[in-house]
Amino acid sequence: MPLILQPEPNASVLRHRDMILHDLTQLAEPGTVQSQIEARRAFETDALTAYRCMPFAVLLPRTTEEVSRLLAYCNVNEVKVIPRGAGTSLSGGALPTEDAVVLCLSRMSRVLDIDFDNRFARVEAGVTNQSISEVVGPDYFYAPDPSSQLACSIGGNIAMNSGGAHCLRYGVTTQNLLGVKLVLINGDVVEIGGSHLDSPGYDLLGLIVGSEGQLGVVTEATVRILRKAEGARPLLMGFNSSEAAGACVSSIIASGVMPVAIEFMDRPAIKVCEDFAHAGYPLDVEALLIIEVEGSEKEIENQINLIVGLSLQHEPTVTRISKSEAESAAIWKGRKSAFGAVGRISDYVCMDGTIPLSTLSETLTVIARICSEAGFQVANIFHAGDGNLHPLILYNANTPGELERVEHCGAEILKHCVAVGGCLTGEHGVGIEKRDLMPLQFTSIDLQQQMQLKTVFDPHWLLNPSKVFPLDGRKAA
Amino acid sequence: MLQGIERPLEERELAQLVAEAARTRWALEVAGSGSKRRIGRPIEISGVVTTRNLRGITLSEPSEQVISARSGTLLSAVEAELAKHNQHLACEPVDLGPMLGEAAGQTSVGGMVATNLSGARRIQRGGVRDQLLGLRAINGRGEVFKWGGRVMKNVTGYDLCRTLAGSWGTLGIFSELTLRAIPRPEEVRTLVLMGLPDSIAVEVMCQALATPFEVSGTTHLQAVLAQRLRLPALTNSGTSVTALRIENFSPAVAYRADKLKDLFVPYGDLIELDHAKSLAFWEELRQLSFLQGSVDPVWRISTAPKMGPRLVESIRRYRVCHAAYDWSGGLIWLEVPDAGDAGADDIRRVVATLGGHATLIRAEPSVRARVDVFPPLETAVQRLTNGIKQAFDPLNILNPGRMYPGQ
Repeated sequence: MPLILQPEPNASVLRHRDMILHDLTQLAEPGTVQSQIEARRAFETDALTAYRCMPFAVLLPRTTEEVSRLLAYCNVNEVKVIPRGAGTSLSGGALPTEDAVVLCLSRMSRVLDIDFDNRFARVEAGVTNQSISEVVGPDYFYAPDPSSQLACSIGGNIAMNSGGAHCLRYGVTTQNLLGVKLVLINGDVVEIGGSHLDSPGYDLLGLIVGSEGQLGVVTEATVRILRKAEGARPLLMGFNSSEAAGACVSSIIASGVMPVAIEFMDRPAIKVCEDFAHAGYPLDVEALLIIEVEGSEKEIENQINLIVGLSLQHEPTVTRISKSEAESAAIWKGRKSAFGAVGRISDYVCMDGTIPLSTLSETLTVIARICSEAGFQVANIFHAGDGNLHPLILYNANTPGELERVEHCGAEILKHCVAVGGCLTGEHGVGIEKRDLMPLQFTSIDLQQQMQLKTVFDPHWLLNPSKVFPLDGRKAA
Repeated sequence: MLQGIERPLEERELAQLVAEAARTRWALEVAGSGSKRRIGRPIEISGVVTTRNLRGITLSEPSEQVISARSGTLLSAVEAELAKHNQHLACEPVDLGPMLGEAAGQTSVGGMVATNLSGARRIQRGGVRDQLLGLRAINGRGEVFKWGGRVMKNVTGYDLCRTLAGSWGTLGIFSELTLRAIPRPEEVRTLVLMGLPDSIAVEVMCQALATPFEVSGTTHLQAVLAQRLRLPALTNSGTSVTALRIENFSPAVAYRADKLKDLFVPYGDLIELDHAKSLAFWEELRQLSFLQGSVDPVWRISTAPKMGPRLVESIRRYRVCHAAYDWSGGLIWLEVPDAGDAGADDIRRVVATLGGHATLIRAEPSVRARVDVFPPLETAVQRLTNGIKQAFDPLNILNPGRMYPGQ
C-alpha cells in the first residue's frame, strides 16, 4: 500500500449518493452531471498516477453561475468538491476521494477579451496555457511556460502557481496574473483584482494563487500579456561533471547577465531526451546546460559572448549555439518532453524541491547517494537558474513495495532540500504527494496560521480537503 | 507592562510584548521607523511597538541575489549592502517621507513590505510583493510564524508573503524579511518628451511598453507637478514631462534608445538624459519630489493604464486636481487642492464608474477620520477581509482600525 492515506469518507454522503446526484442534476444544465462509471474513471487520477480513487460524480459546468449553484448546494449538504483543470498535476492536486465530486472546468474554455492597449487577456479557467500565447501572438505572449503547457489549464496554473523554464526572467503565475473571478464554496461570486496592478486591500489575489483549489474555484482569469523580444536563442553547454555545470550556473547568475532560462540535465536525462526528441544533445557529457538569451541579433551575440567567456573557467567540453529556428525548437522540444520521454522507459516519481544555488553540487551528490543506496536510478532535469530541482527517480510500479520505497527515497531528498535552506516544492504544489512532509518545513504554528485561512474561505473544509495539510493536527483550525 | 513606546531588541521580546498585549487586550500601534505614521485612519491605541531596534542584515548572498534583514533595518542600509555587489531591489519602493514632511531615507524594510508601495519598475519587474521571498512575523496572538525562505521558487503552502505585503501592520509584525535582488544595469538612459497632453502621453507610454525594448520606467507629470522637479533640464519649460527609461548593457541601451527615438519622433522634440542624470531623475521620482512642498491632499489611484487620463479628466469636471502618472498610466498620484473631504466623494464615484481603486495618502487627521482612507470593498470581499484579519489577529490588537473601521 502507498504511504499516503486518504481521510475517512463521509458515510452520510455515501449513503445519500443517489439523492445528491438527483439534486445536482436538477440544479445543473443538461449533461453537466456525469455519474456513469466510464465517465468517472477518466477522473480517478491526474499526472500522479500512482494514486487513484473514483469520485462519485463528475461535474462539467459551462458557466460561472452554474459553478455557483453547484458549490452552494455542496456547501449546504457537506459534499466535498475536487476542483480540476486539465488533470496534469504531478503532486496529486486533483486526486478525488470517494465521497467527493470532481468539478472540472474543461468546458469553460473561451477567450473573453484581449486588450493589447492595456496588455491583458481575460479567459475562462479551462483555457490551456499555450492557447493564450497562441491567441495573443505572434507579437505578444503569456510568460509562464510549464512543460505541460499544451494541455494544462490556466485555472490549474493559478491553483498551483505554476512556473516553467522561462520563469527565471518573467516570474511564475502569481507575477503574471491581474485578476480572477472566484466562486466561493457558499456560491458567492467575487471579483478579485482586475486590469490594474495593485490590490485595494489585503492581497487576496496573492493568497488565492497557489492555494491548490482549497479556497475557491477560479472560473475566469485576467492575465498579463507581454511583448515578445526581438529574438531568442538557446545555446548548449556540456560538462564533464555536474559540479562544473553547477558552478557555471552560479558564475552566470552572479555576473549580472540575465538569461531568460538556464536548464540542467544530467547524463541519464540527456540520453532519454535525445532518444525521444533527436534534439542534437551531446551524449558524451555528464551534464548539459540549455541557456537561452533574448534580444536583437546584436544583443543576443553580446550576451552569448559574455556567457561563453564566463563558462571557460568551468571547462565546458561542448559549446553549441543554435543556428536556426528549427534547431532552437528541437532543443526546447527535448527539454519540455523530458518527463514524457522518461515515462516511455520507466515508471518514475518526480521531485520538485528548490535549493539555494550555492548548495547545488552538494545536493546533487546527496541525491545520487540516496538513490543509489536505495537501488534506484535517477535522472536529473531542472531549472538551474532558480535552484528548482526535478530529480526523476525510476522504479517499477508492478514490483510490490517499490512505490513505498521510492516515495521514501523522494522524501529523503526533500528533507535534504529543506535542511540546506530550500523548500519542498518549487512549482508542482504540495497536493497529496508532499502533504505529510509539511512539518519538515513548517512548525505547527506556521501550519495552523495557514489552516485558519482555509477555514475563513471554506468553513467546513469541503474544497479539495485531503491535500496540502497533514491530516492530524487539523482540528484546531 | 506596556508603557508608551516599546522598542524590543529581539524577536522573542517582540513576541512577548504582543502576547502580553493580547492578554490585556491592549491595542498596539505597529511602527517600523515611523515614517508613514501619517497614513491611514487615525487609531485609538494603548501603546506603540516599533521594530526600529530590530536591526541588522542577517544574510547577504550576492551570488544568489538574496538578502535578509531584521525588519527595523533601514531600507537604505539594505540598499547600501546590495550596492556593494552591484545589485539593487527591482521594485524601487517609493519613499513617502519627504512628501509627508519627514526626512528622506527613513523607511525600514518592514515598513516597505507592510505598505507594498512599488515604484516605476513595477511594470517590468514586479512590485514589493514579488521581491519578498520569506518572512518571520508575530501574529496578534503573540505567536512567531514564518513563510517562504531564501529561494526564488516556492509554492509550499499558502503564499503568506503576498498576503502580508501591504497589510499595513494589521495582520502581523514582521521580525525578519528575505528579499530578492537583481543586478544593477550597466547603463540607464531616459527619453523625455515635453508638453504632451495626458491622453497622448499615456498613448506614448503604452506604445513604449508594446515594443520589445524592455522599457523599465514610464511616467508623465502634468505641468504644475513637473515644475516641482529638481532636475534643471526639465523644470524650466513650464510644460508637462513624459519620460521613458531604458536599462541594460550599454550597447543594448544605445540600440534601444535609437529605436525608440525613431518611433516617437512624431510626438515632438526628444530630450535624452544620460546615465547620471537618469539616476538622479528616477531617484527624485522615488521620493515623489513632485508632491513635496505642498500639504494638499494626495490620492494614489490604481487603474487600467489607458483609463488613467479619462479618470483624471472626469474628476477634473468636479474639482481642481493635478496628476502624475506612473506605470504607463495605471498608477496616478493625484493632488487635490482646496478640498474639504479631500475630494473623496467625487473621486470614489468616478473610480467606481471607470474601474480601479483609490487610497488617500496625504490628508489631515480630521479628514482621514471622516472619509475612507482605503478603498471600500464589496460585501463578499469585505467579509473575507474581516476573516483574514480574525485569522491573524483575533483580538484586534494590531493597528486596529488603521485600514477599515472596527478592525
